[in-house]
Amino acid sequence: MNAVKLSAGGPLPEAPAPVPALKDLTRAHLTRRRVAATLAILTAATAVILIAGCAAGSVHISLMRAVTDAASPDHAILFVARMPRVMLGAIVGGMLAVVGAALQALVRNPLAEGGILGISGGGALGAVVALIVTWRWAASAELVPLCAFLAALGSTVLVYRLAELRGQLEPFTLLLMGVILNAFWSAAIMLVNSVVNFYFMHSIVFWLMGSLESPSWREVVLVGSLGLAGLMVLLGGARDMNLLSLGDEAAAELGVDVGRLRRTIFIATSVMVGAAVSVSGIIAFVGLIVPHVLRLTLGSDHRLLIPASMLGGAAFLVLSDLAARTVIAPAEIPVGAITALCGGPFFVYMLRREGRKAIPL
Amino acid sequence: MTETHPAAVVLSARELVAGYGTFTALSGVSLELRAGELLAIVGPNGAGKSTLLRLLAGTMQPWRGAVELRGRAIASYERRELARNIATVAQENSVAFGFTVLEVVLMGRAPHLGPFHLESARDLEIACEALDRFDLLGFAERRIQELSGGERKRVFLARALAQEPAIALLDEPTAFLDLRHIAEIFDRMRELCARRQMAVAATLHDLNVAAQWSDRVILLKHGHLAAAGRPEEVLTADNLRAVYETDLYVGRNPATGAVAVLPAPSR
Repeated sequence: MNAVKLSAGGPLPEAPAPVPALKDLTRAHLTRRRVAATLAILTAATAVILIAGCAAGSVHISLMRAVTDAASPDHAILFVARMPRVMLGAIVGGMLAVVGAALQALVRNPLAEGGILGISGGGALGAVVALIVTWRWAASAELVPLCAFLAALGSTVLVYRLAELRGQLEPFTLLLMGVILNAFWSAAIMLVNSVVNFYFMHSIVFWLMGSLESPSWREVVLVGSLGLAGLMVLLGGARDMNLLSLGDEAAAELGVDVGRLRRTIFIATSVMVGAAVSVSGIIAFVGLIVPHVLRLTLGSDHRLLIPASMLGGAAFLVLSDLAARTVIAPAEIPVGAITALCGGPFFVYMLRREGRKAIPL
Repeated sequence: MTETHPAAVVLSARELVAGYGTFTALSGVSLELRAGELLAIVGPNGAGKSTLLRLLAGTMQPWRGAVELRGRAIASYERRELARNIATVAQENSVAFGFTVLEVVLMGRAPHLGPFHLESARDLEIACEALDRFDLLGFAERRIQELSGGERKRVFLARALAQEPAIALLDEPTAFLDLRHIAEIFDRMRELCARRQMAVAATLHDLNVAAQWSDRVILLKHGHLAAAGRPEEVLTADNLRAVYETDLYVGRNPATGAVAVLPAPSR
């Protein structure tokens, strides 16, 4: 009898007493209040950064005069040069960070990102080909984002298919395949670039490094609507992304249609990567750093992580672009170089810090 | 624990044949799971226990035969509807990213929530009750990765409980658990069987656990049903020797009277 008595806890009352620690647990899970407060703070901070991005630059302007006097050069600089650029930076940055967060959820690995998985590279190849076609034969400008999207989607499906062995998706294999695919796309872009008239040389290489230079309002609106659509779709899948972190089978057992979720993420992220790449080339590390930092500070729940990544990515890229166009003004550094320059070391630091705590990211 | 239940059949499997690729893992297995009973599925490695559980959960399709949940083909259920009825705890559970224990348990509420909904106060209450049942309330705020294997196992049992299922399918729930927690978990499961009329099917390596806590045992060998019935009918020296192909000592636990099985190497 002893062995059993030792462990028998006695029957529990059917209606247990109200859990005493209920109030103290608000930090341990996502509450409506925390979502609202976090997004409000992030929105405010991003707004400040956007305004700063509009106000500061290689030429000093007065915001006051720009708004009140439509004939002033300040007005032109603000509304024609800076604001579209800042808006585009915010949209692209937000999209890249959201794409990173969603892809990380999909492959259950914090190292996934559009760039690393070769999706941006594929999109860039599509965009380069479309750009050349557009210049040479004066095709419609919408061809570039469309081709970038299709190439990005193709690249996503390809990297996934290549990494899937016997129905199993090993995150490590996936990352490796992404790296290989990325190198392959880069080589293909270089090949295309060499074959066509070297007249395009400067602009393609600069564009590939990631640049937000002189977009039109039309571009901003087009990319912005694609980004918004992608964000909405991914927000709808955010809770399923949480469940996916338990594994495909466990997610399915909790009611997730894993195949559908996967296709949704493929398409939404490809649209966003395609849109981002077609206007700004390859901007690395945003999709890696932003979700990572946010996960460390806000927790892993994708219902907060996805919208927070949108805001965080926007703020991060606008700040990076501000640096890109002011550090050696009037000359410019490609913004992609800035994000990679500060992103690389930062990421190594984060990785090592996490490694010491011995907790998977 | 002893009486046969007159309760309704909630899950039934008929002549299941299933496998992977060209390998047949299970052939011709039928069973019924009744509300309020605890069914143990035992057998040596590779006998088809986990496959059977997958088929019962509806996550794997049989080549032949059918599984019915409350008299309706399991394949005809929508995934979320299925998740409101059946909770599964896998043999190994890994979680990507640093979710807290409470967040993982709250994931069990997902099949009950509409799209874009956050968990309500009621969901939180259910999750906390599930945590409490497995002595995990103190762990609620910890990251799941910080826990030991056994603690994590209990978290996943709590998550299954938070699903408020009619049926719980547990694959090796005793793996990684110490003796105290094995006993506690099965005591809890028995309570849930009795109070909520929950049906539990668990694959088990530990025959003594099966003998002590289950109402019925099914014994599998090479994908075939070798024996089925009450523990003392199935866990006999002859049956076990034939299935496990090794010498075993089969006696009684002097404390509880349940069948007790010990390895008894011939030399």
